[in-house]
Amino acid sequence: MNIQTASRLSLLLLLAPFALWLVVLIVLPHVDMFLVSLQEKIAPRVYELSTANYAEFFTEPLYWRTFSRTAIMSIMATTLTLLIGFPIAYYIAKMMRGRMKSLLFLLCLIPFWVSELVRTFGWMILLRESGVFSNLLQWTGMASGPVEMLYNDATVMVGLVYTSMLFMVVPLVSTLDSLDDSLVEAGYDLGGNAFAVLRQIIIPHAMPGIISGCIVVFMLTLGNYLTPVLLGGKNSLWFTEMIYTQFITRFNWELGAAFGFLLLGLSSLIVWSGLKLSRQTLTNTMG
Amino acid sequence: MIPSIPQPRSFRVAYHVYVGIFFVYLMLPLIVVGVFAFNDSMFPSLPWGGFTLDWFMNDNPKRVGLFQDKRLLSSIGTSFYVACWVTVLSVLVGLSNAFLFERQNFPFKNVLYMFMLLPLIIPGVILGISILMFSSTLANWIELNLGLDFEFLRPSTFLVVMGQFSFIATITTLIIAARLRKFDLTLEEAAQNLGASKLTAVWTITIPFLKPALVGSMIVSFLMSFENFNTTLMLVGSDQPLTIAMYGRLREGSTPELNALALLLMAVSGTMALMSVFVQRDKT
Repeated sequence: MNIQTASRLSLLLLLAPFALWLVVLIVLPHVDMFLVSLQEKIAPRVYELSTANYAEFFTEPLYWRTFSRTAIMSIMATTLTLLIGFPIAYYIAKMMRGRMKSLLFLLCLIPFWVSELVRTFGWMILLRESGVFSNLLQWTGMASGPVEMLYNDATVMVGLVYTSMLFMVVPLVSTLDSLDDSLVEAGYDLGGNAFAVLRQIIIPHAMPGIISGCIVVFMLTLGNYLTPVLLGGKNSLWFTEMIYTQFITRFNWELGAAFGFLLLGLSSLIVWSGLKLSRQTLTNTMG
Repeated sequence: MIPSIPQPRSFRVAYHVYVGIFFVYLMLPLIVVGVFAFNDSMFPSLPWGGFTLDWFMNDNPKRVGLFQDKRLLSSIGTSFYVACWVTVLSVLVGLSNAFLFERQNFPFKNVLYMFMLLPLIIPGVILGISILMFSSTLANWIELNLGLDFEFLRPSTFLVVMGQFSFIATITTLIIAARLRKFDLTLEEAAQNLGASKLTAVWTITIPFLKPALVGSMIVSFLMSFENFNTTLMLVGSDQPLTIAMYGRLREGSTPELNALALLLMAVSGTMALMSVFVQRDKT
């Protein structure tokens, strides 16, 4: 066997598992989903090519309202996560040194190794009518009876921000780490105040981290299922819940597939525009 | 706003307080879950009824402890089985992908690399439903044309493994490729100059070098599989993995038994996470 055929063979051997995985588990399922979403049931087991499922989405207010609500709340959760997480990342990257720095960073990571189910359960114990906060309020006399803090949008927001925090703090810490202290000092020496230094030096430097953090957080929030269902209940419908209902409860796979495609479209659109705005590529942000 | 630049005392104090509150926010739900596992009461809530280990050990049917609960234990078994398969598949494909993208050159390499990253930006629920639909299309086709009924293509443990494998393979690829990039190719060439075949050189030099990344990616894929909910929810068959069983219990209303389970999960995943950090940090 000469060298050329040997290297062709090794390329093929490495390409085969990759191609099999990509085609069978990612590409074909999504193509199939797209085809199913374009089918309309006209009689039992008889289908016709049409865009009726997409039309139903736009004509039924419950569907598109839930869709836009999910999108808007995801944007809000992303913004809040950035605002809360940025000072923390700055503190870890710039104010701490050595041991303490690694310790705080590790402390940030630990909650996220725990299943999301466990974290949400923790919030339920804290916030429900018979929960810890409700008891605390009654004990201090700030409330006269049990207070229900679950099942509203604010609680869902608290849970979403909590769940996403890691994915914001980690990229922020790594970009802020690479900011040279002398640049900040130079900013002050040239007469800038804290606000000017933040706006003209620190934030521009942290921009790649901000963008990749926001993209990841937005995607995870949009696709989240557990937090809105468990903390929001019936009062806070999330689009992934509707997809689940169409598939498992109503068994309307055609409509469910259309919903799935719309969600995928929105998520890709946001990722794409985030990357375009920041002039980055997917390979740089994720890889 | 760096230590070398003086700031007003009030600002520094406020900043420290803010960071303190943040860490309380981060830890509070986890602490509460753990503490109520030992509450001697039917509900995981106040008032505090005293300390008990009933929720771990008790076998009274009214108050079943975790280690006596056959249904929960069997769902732990299912999760374990799924996680083992997902780990094996993901690490093998991840290793092969890492060699493919780090060592080989072929047309459309960049485009294919982007495709490799795609599972990271597809929501888990969507991955689940697309695999569910495709496998059922496949199963229907086989039934219609070949007259065979492949049970495993309907919602089943097999599909759960496939669903989780579809995105965890991307993560193992990234971990292993990052380590392979640091490898000095001259070491392999030296081995070949000394008479080793290419395969022997890779097996005795490169694979041992990759060991921290391999162990790290094994831990990461095991944990991600064990804790996955979104993709699993869409593909689950009659054997419920732990997260699905736990979710069902949570909706029914829970006893502190769930806290006991959660505490156990936290202990196991915390230990494994720390292990993965140390394994990957050593010998770099």
